[in-house]
Amino acid sequence: MRVDVIMPQMGESIAEGTLTRWLKKPGDKVARDEPIFEISTDKVDAEIPSPAAGFLAEILVQEGQTVPINAVVAQIETEAGQAAVAGRAAAAAAGTKPAPAGVPAAAEKQAPPRTGGPSDGRDRAPAPAAPPASVTAGPPVPGASEVREIPKAALLIGSGATVEDLRRVRSSPVVRKIAQEHHVDISRLRGTGISGRVTKKDILEALESGAARRAAPHLAGAAPGSGGAAAPAAPRSAAPSPVYAPGQRVSLVPMSPMRKKIAEHMVQSRRTSAHVTTVFEVDMSRVMRLREEHRQAFQERHGVKLTPTPFLVQAAVEALKAFPDLNASIEGDHVAYRKDINIGIAVALDWGLIVPVARHADDLSLSGIAKVVADLAERARARRLTPDDVQGGTFTITNPGVFGSLFGTPIISQPQVAILGVGAIQKRVVVVQDAIAIRPMVFLALSFDHRLIDGAVADQFMAHIKATLEQGKFTEIV
Amino acid sequence: MRRCLHLYAGLVGYAEAAALQDRCARLLKDGGMEERLLLLEHPPVITLGRNARREDVLHDEKTLRALGVSVEETNRGGQVTYHGPGQLVGYPILNLGPDRRDVARYLRDLEEVLIRTLARFGLQAGRVPGLTGVWAGREKIASIGVHLSRWVTTHGFALNVNTDLSRFGLIVPCGLRGGAVTSMQRLLGRALPLEGVASALVPEFGGIFAREMEPAQDAAPRPPALTEVA
Repeated sequence: MRVDVIMPQMGESIAEGTLTRWLKKPGDKVARDEPIFEISTDKVDAEIPSPAAGFLAEILVQEGQTVPINAVVAQIETEAGQAAVAGRAAAAAAGTKPAPAGVPAAAEKQAPPRTGGPSDGRDRAPAPAAPPASVTAGPPVPGASEVREIPKAALLIGSGATVEDLRRVRSSPVVRKIAQEHHVDISRLRGTGISGRVTKKDILEALESGAARRAAPHLAGAAPGSGGAAAPAAPRSAAPSPVYAPGQRVSLVPMSPMRKKIAEHMVQSRRTSAHVTTVFEVDMSRVMRLREEHRQAFQERHGVKLTPTPFLVQAAVEALKAFPDLNASIEGDHVAYRKDINIGIAVALDWGLIVPVARHADDLSLSGIAKVVADLAERARARRLTPDDVQGGTFTITNPGVFGSLFGTPIISQPQVAILGVGAIQKRVVVVQDAIAIRPMVFLALSFDHRLIDGAVADQFMAHIKATLEQGKFTEIV
Repeated sequence: MRRCLHLYAGLVGYAEAAALQDRCARLLKDGGMEERLLLLEHPPVITLGRNARREDVLHDEKTLRALGVSVEETNRGGQVTYHGPGQLVGYPILNLGPDRRDVARYLRDLEEVLIRTLARFGLQAGRVPGLTGVWAGREKIASIGVHLSRWVTTHGFALNVNTDLSRFGLIVPCGLRGGAVTSMQRLLGRALPLEGVASALVPEFGGIFAREMEPAQDAAPRPPALTEVA
């Protein structure tokens, strides 16, 4: 019979492909999985394997032609009729070699549906095969979607296949047939063939020794952790195993791109840096008084409100100048001391979080910082930041205090090495010169990367900030 | 998380590197699990991708040979490019089959790795819509061209760190006539050790591709012993 070879889908956003080269001529014998043509999309060149064994009967798309995905580009003439008979006959005569078309029935039982994770395999071993359509949850396989004779091997490769899966499906048809008849999970057997494949000898020996039978109830889907090879955990983008039981009420909502990015970045940062957090308490009396004194004039002159933020930014900038380690990055086994001081200001949004950057903050006056910060915050909330606005930060300030938090232990924004968290400014009872006083106080928490920065340096840096806020001149406010 | 072995191999000839990639890719296609990121630099070579036009090489082979530049045809996507000392070449040998069957995404992911690596050095780089590669301003700083076979990747990217940019004058890079190229050295005003850039790139690669990055002992895995075939 004839099998269509189709233009495969090479990605979600890709609607067509250009056939660049035929690797086989009409009449050539092809093995299944043998590359038969090449396509190119953008900067990618890909070899496309044959969906079936047989002869290349007809080429329908010429080199250089661009066709939509799933278009038929050629046909393969298989030896199916003959093979189907041979496949059935093979059950009795394990020595004969069934042709490809005889395989699916066996292969389907061997190939567990991998869509639902381990749990849905519990009654699988001797159970009827799942419909072939459910074998892969992912996008179609190159050249395969319309063809029943597809080697299941090809399908499995695309769905988080483990070494065990590959070993199993790459066993010869004879081995699979024997395995099917005896309800043996090949993936549990020790293989002595190429790449650990289970040979006929292996499976017969196993059956004799009874080892295979004990292995039978094992779920192929639960393979990670078993076998010698470093079995991978589920890839991150794979469907998550549900965190709720059947029947529980839940609404499943895809993460926004921003959420995904934040999630990725946070985990990546935790994995990269050795986070340590140190907390200082700072008396904000002076800052609050200055702010009160200049509030009105500042607003009139600069058109933005004078908040404590520019004071904090300026105090941080002064401290960064004194402790350049805090304004650095680790590059492999080098330290890059950043000559510019670009302060990222975390802005909470209704839909997430973004950290626009006040560039060259060391060149800015207090009013300059106030204006830049106000502009960035406003554009962040209006979704009008440009990519440039959020890149190139060398140090970050985040302000959980606006929601009442006393202090947090923020996560460093990579590739920076420190982040300053500002708690709520609250009037507290403190001891000043052995007298009890009421002062506006704030906790400042610095998370720093202990790979580069030692506690002593971090604390001196914080002491510098504290001194600036409590005693600094803050000239040129207005 | 899947594991990816990485290695900075230093100066490796183009043909030797191609053979190395083939060996790693072959084992992945045969059901192996060992993914690799090969990082290296090439002696001067002009390579022709699958969509290359001969006229984009602006000199005949004799002239090029006199300059110490060889010419190689390859099975990567893309057109003509130049590799040479001071350029960090990366060949990820990954199996995209399990979770990333999308060539466009793969290209964008490679770009993202390069953009983030450059950001580590304080350089802002980005994409140009409709084109593949990474640009700093209007100048191209990194090129990408890949080959896929059963979703196993070969070839990859080339990042100009301290590349002698005048050598790009020998070709029309990537078919982009009049397109300027640049390097990290030119942008930063100082040369960087390639190995340092490589080690900055590795964690970014691991982050983007969700791989646990581990240093490799050898450039390629040893082939398995051949035993009886059923």
